[in-house]
Amino acid sequence: MRVVIAEDLTLLRDGLTRLLEAFDFEVVEAVDNGPALLPALLRHRPDVAIVDVRLPPTQTDEGLKAAIAARAEIPGLPVLVLSQHVEPLYARELLTDHAGGVGYLLKERVADVEQFVGAVNQVAAGGTAFDPEVVAQLLARREPLAGLTAREHDVLRHIAEGRSNAAIASRLFITEKVVSKHINNIFAKLGMPPSDDDNRRVLAVLMFLDA
Amino acid sequence: MTVARRFRTGLSAIADGLFAIGLALLNPAVLALWLVGLALSPIPALGPELLGVTTTVVRWRADLERRLSTRAGVPIRRPYSPRPDGAEVGSRERLIWVITDPATWRDASWLVPGALVGAGLGLITVVLTAYGLIGVLLVPLWLFLGGVWFGYGLFWPTADLGEAWLALPQGVAILAAGLVVAPLLRATQVRFARLFLAPTRSAELRLRVAHLTVTRADAIDAQAAELRRIERDLHDGAQARMVSVGMTIGLAERLVRRDPAAALKLLAEARAASTTALVELRHLVRGIHPPVLAERGLEGAVQALAMSLPIRTDVTSHLAGRLDTPVESAVYFAVAEALANMGRHSNAQSAWVVLRHADGMLFVQVGDDGDGGADPDRGTGLRGMERRLDAFDGTVAVSSPPGGPTVVTMELPCVLSSPKI
Repeated sequence: MRVVIAEDLTLLRDGLTRLLEAFDFEVVEAVDNGPALLPALLRHRPDVAIVDVRLPPTQTDEGLKAAIAARAEIPGLPVLVLSQHVEPLYARELLTDHAGGVGYLLKERVADVEQFVGAVNQVAAGGTAFDPEVVAQLLARREPLAGLTAREHDVLRHIAEGRSNAAIASRLFITEKVVSKHINNIFAKLGMPPSDDDNRRVLAVLMFLDA
Repeated sequence: MTVARRFRTGLSAIADGLFAIGLALLNPAVLALWLVGLALSPIPALGPELLGVTTTVVRWRADLERRLSTRAGVPIRRPYSPRPDGAEVGSRERLIWVITDPATWRDASWLVPGALVGAGLGLITVVLTAYGLIGVLLVPLWLFLGGVWFGYGLFWPTADLGEAWLALPQGVAILAAGLVVAPLLRATQVRFARLFLAPTRSAELRLRVAHLTVTRADAIDAQAAELRRIERDLHDGAQARMVSVGMTIGLAERLVRRDPAAALKLLAEARAASTTALVELRHLVRGIHPPVLAERGLEGAVQALAMSLPIRTDVTSHLAGRLDTPVESAVYFAVAEALANMGRHSNAQSAWVVLRHADGMLFVQVGDDGDGGADPDRGTGLRGMERRLDAFDGTVAVSSPPGGPTVVTMELPCVLSSPKI
């Protein structure tokens, strides 16, 4: 799988590259500043981009802006945004194009290597991977989705955070079959007609996060 | 006061008196010029410009008097209200600014009375001194001019050389009186000038408000910049390092069964990175508020700072208590800045710091034995020190003649809190 990395701190850029290569990703380019990012994304059209929010020269949100611009050019270009702090506002901005293939994680999540790589794969496959902290902050301000049971809510939260059915099953100590049943119930309750499963997962997450 | 000192003060007061006579002659001309400017000010275009120029002349004259007064030991501050934005030379705004400033009228009204007092008192000083001088020199003059003399002091006319000799003690007495009286007359003249030229109470308050507005904005700017720096340092430093530590440990975890040697190497790497992160945090904390400053106060913190410098630095401190925390911090960083600048630019072999507190003022001097020639107008170091101390009404003065030494003097009003146990 081909990856473009944008991270200005050498330490983390090299670390990410090493980590991803250990999991057989191919890092096609690793840029260290904002202006170089958009051209790199358009040129390589990677399977997934891993982007730091804050990049030189302005040290503001150049990375996020470039990622959103790239997704405007290439709809659905999978982008996983990393940052040292999470801001629900940025998550909203990433979700506004209503396409899947987005993620937004705290940088420290890379320490759980397996789970991080899982999140990268989810995003690359068109799913979502939102940091539990972002999800918690987005949900804190509003009512839970009407009609969902507490368990269904939990399942949906795990989907938003980028977990596969198998990962959710092991987290909640239930079988994958039960997870699928919950998910089908969620789709039904949210009024989603049967269609491509991946697409429905993304839509459910968007509704869930009120994008 | 020692005799020599009294003599010097007397002499300089006499010189000032002489100078005052000269300046007094100038005043009527300055006033006439200004009145002409005032009379012509309604004329469009030319008027406002002319009044601007003539007012500048008046202010120059008044400022000269203020400087002389300050030198004579009676400081007089400039009373003028600050120039409003857009008051360009010749504009209506400038005209209004000049005319509505009471200081303009007070300056003008001082010119003639000031001249009379200055000339009168100056004349007394000069005449008294001159007469004393003649008494002292009477005998040589007598011999030189061949006895053509009318009289001196008590002897009138002076009959012979014997009586001429008696002029000497009289002359000495009069000269001594002149030297004693001159500073008193000078002080009287200066106090008179202060009545007109010092800021009125409301002008003083206005100036104070203007000063506070500037220093408050400066203080807030400085603080915001400081916070931004801290955020950046954390983001790019310790925080990033901890992320990297986590990542390295994560990789090691994965490798530990398959390739224990490689995992071990990664763990060592992680340990080293976590140590570096701690070092960075420590440096950052020291830049925010040095722990030794919290624990030992200004005195201890400056001593600790001195020990960490590459050049030998002696610290002499006479502080009988702790200062308020904000003052302590401002002074500490100002001293650190001064020492850092010396270390960078002066080629000094050694430096010294003196801390003293008396009469509600903290007095700090930082000096070195380096090359000198530091220009306070250049470089941001001094500006930084000023900005730190300005918020507490402190002042910074730099003396740095070419060839050295450089001495930075800081003063600020503050109280010592709890006395040292």
